[in-house]
Amino acid sequence: MSLFSEVPQAPPVAVFKLSADFREDSHPQKVNLGVGAYRTDDCQPWVLPVVKKVERLIVEDTSLNHEYLPILGLPEFRSAASKVALGEDSSAIKDNRVGAVQALGGTGALRIGAEFLRRWYNGTNNTSTPVYVSAPTWENHNAVGLDLTGLLDDLEKAPERSIFILHACAHNPTGTDPTKDQWKQIAEIMKRRKLFVFFDSAYQGFASGCLDKDAWSIRFFVSEGFELFVAQSFSKNFGLYNERVGNLTVVSQDKEDLTRVLSQMEKLVRTTWSNPPSQGARIVSKTLNCPELFAEWKGNVKTMADRVLLMRDELKSKLQALGTPGTWDHITQQIGMFSFTGLNPKQVEYMIKERHVYLMASGRINMCGLTTKNIDYVAESIHESVTKVQ
Amino acid sequence: MSRPSGGLDEILVKQNGGDPGGHHCEPINTHSAAAVPAAAAAEGAEPGPDSKQLSALKRDSQARRVDLTGREYYSEEGKTFQLRLVGKIKQQLNADPCLCPEYPSSLGLTEFTRRANEVVLGKSSRAIMESRVLGVQTPGFTAAVRLGAELLRHCFDAGAAWCGPVYLSSPCDDSLAGIFQAAGIQDIRRYYYWDDKLRCICLEKLLQDLEGAPEQSVVVLSASAHYPTGADLSQDQWTVITQLIMRRRLFPFLLLPAQGLCYGDFKRDSWPVQLCASQGMELLCAQSFSHCFGLYGEAVGHLLCVLKQSSLLISLQSQAVKLVRSLWARPSVGGADVVATVLSNPAHLVEWQGEVKRMVERSKLIRDILREKLRLLGTPGCWDHLTQQGGLYCSTGLNDQQVEFLTKRRHVNLLPSGCLNVSAINGRNLKYISESIHLAMTTSP
Repeated sequence: MSLFSEVPQAPPVAVFKLSADFREDSHPQKVNLGVGAYRTDDCQPWVLPVVKKVERLIVEDTSLNHEYLPILGLPEFRSAASKVALGEDSSAIKDNRVGAVQALGGTGALRIGAEFLRRWYNGTNNTSTPVYVSAPTWENHNAVGLDLTGLLDDLEKAPERSIFILHACAHNPTGTDPTKDQWKQIAEIMKRRKLFVFFDSAYQGFASGCLDKDAWSIRFFVSEGFELFVAQSFSKNFGLYNERVGNLTVVSQDKEDLTRVLSQMEKLVRTTWSNPPSQGARIVSKTLNCPELFAEWKGNVKTMADRVLLMRDELKSKLQALGTPGTWDHITQQIGMFSFTGLNPKQVEYMIKERHVYLMASGRINMCGLTTKNIDYVAESIHESVTKVQ
Repeated sequence: MSRPSGGLDEILVKQNGGDPGGHHCEPINTHSAAAVPAAAAAEGAEPGPDSKQLSALKRDSQARRVDLTGREYYSEEGKTFQLRLVGKIKQQLNADPCLCPEYPSSLGLTEFTRRANEVVLGKSSRAIMESRVLGVQTPGFTAAVRLGAELLRHCFDAGAAWCGPVYLSSPCDDSLAGIFQAAGIQDIRRYYYWDDKLRCICLEKLLQDLEGAPEQSVVVLSASAHYPTGADLSQDQWTVITQLIMRRRLFPFLLLPAQGLCYGDFKRDSWPVQLCASQGMELLCAQSFSHCFGLYGEAVGHLLCVLKQSSLLISLQSQAVKLVRSLWARPSVGGADVVATVLSNPAHLVEWQGEVKRMVERSKLIRDILREKLRLLGTPGCWDHLTQQGGLYCSTGLNDQQVEFLTKRRHVNLLPSGCLNVSAINGRNLKYISESIHLAMTTSP
């Protein structure tokens, strides 16, 4: 008799299932708009040229030691990653108030940050501190834009010291980010109500094509004196999805506190993965720390961001040209990899079953799945589903 | 990896040729080392515990710092290294235009998990053929143990809301308890394992402790290369233990951190896992490929679960995916790619096994020489266990004061419980280390 006989089947992960269904579909014009990774105009994954170059350098470097990385990760990676988020001339970095933990992707960074907060924030082992994550209720499904009133309301009502996970830019799944003024309002309330800021930054550079612009919100909060965490991922902006390159940046008001915080985080890492993988961190570190490679990388990132912006433009134009009912401005107003189309579940089902265009039930699409070759077909499909299905 | 350099071989030859009962001198290999400053004890001086010698050694000791606490396998030069084959494969993979940087699944690379299951259980394992084996790639060994702990916490004996106890060997890796606790299992207990005085595993006391364990306890056992003692159970002892485990309805969680590095024989090192599986037991096994590939920095680990029924596989797999998604989402691919490439290619396999064998031979050589040196110095105690054990680690049997003496007075750092990393000993520091151990045992309480 197995001791595992009462294990229930966990529900399948929606986006994996979508990809699986797409793979099995044999329709010649099928399109996958559920994929969470960048694609070229030929719908292929893209190894950034700078990454190829650096990987080659690494594989040929005979002086590399092959030891375990320190528990907190590769030092030159951690500092370079934090610098790219907080800015070259960050006063927090100059004051030695910034520390970091290399993590297994953005998820790993969130995990370590969350575990730390659970044990050490707002008292010790205070598991009743609420954590707020953004919900579609802050974003209007008909894509009118960020429901700022709703968000500010939640901030006012949340118990003091609640933790808020905020997307630094390119909100997933909606693509709708607060404006600078809106960020200022958010910050004002969070400071007054002593709410904790935990930024999730997975798209720096990828959203607008500009690293600084995409990190504005983080830098603004730091300049306002907030202590905060940033869970960074280099999966998308380096195309290093499979190397799990993440960084948890910690900004503290006091450098001695910082040392103790990092020591506790080290303990947490020790019982999770102990020593992080080196390959991805080396690639990112080499790139960020070398001016020529850094410039080349920014160019690569802009290439990706520009293609996405182009697809947004084209999709909107084509829908307008087709006279598809509804307004489509949100497609170009939204930013980043994802977009909420505003299609309802029935219309989504039509898209998948009748047109073999795969997207999430929420109506979210990945702009990277669009190419100059399939955009007409997708626009027509959206047009059909909106006009035929209510 | 190259053959052990002249240092150790020379020493062995000299010793065998010299007067077996007396003291004699050996030349010290002078090529520069990373770990240890070049030998300074007067060349040609006779080793021995007389006072003149002691003071000379004392003066020298300030310049030396010998670190035997590393977890990795070190070369004769005192460095970690990747296997030559690994370097070749990395070049190959780097030049491969078809490799694509996509998100791997939460379970890891399919080819990797398939081979990782096979290398432990054997290709013709019934459990594998009957689809009763879950394999999950993890970012390293600790992560494999952590995932196993989480699976136990959430899925093991779910009806009874199981939350322990978990039994760990005494001594064991000091991070193990923390890993289970991080997964929410607070009830951690110890079972008797290494006996300092007898310098071996005390089976009787071990069995006694496990006999008293409540049903459904999880017992963490080292399949081979026990850390930190290097003492592994014999096949006979395993047979007795598995009988007890089945009778008392305990659950084995086997650790296999360095398959192949213990005896140079992959099958032998994983034999205990195969034994449990062949007896129809359910088990967890945490593996690492860091040591046997020299891929430390790449965090290549694997968790394997053998189930009684294939009908349970899908459910358990889905729960594993759920847990992984909240821990690290997916593992990193680089190192696993290399391992999968080697394990699925017969020619690569042979080459790999050859390199591992050479590493093992060097470890064996070091053990032989160390034991011989201690014998020649007349160091008290029995040192047979040094050569009876295999793998990276071994216990010196030194007590706390003696270990402190080593650290403070001789600047020789040991692993906890007086254990040391055998591969960190080389031609340049062997003399100093053996003399230090000798001094610790003779001049300390």
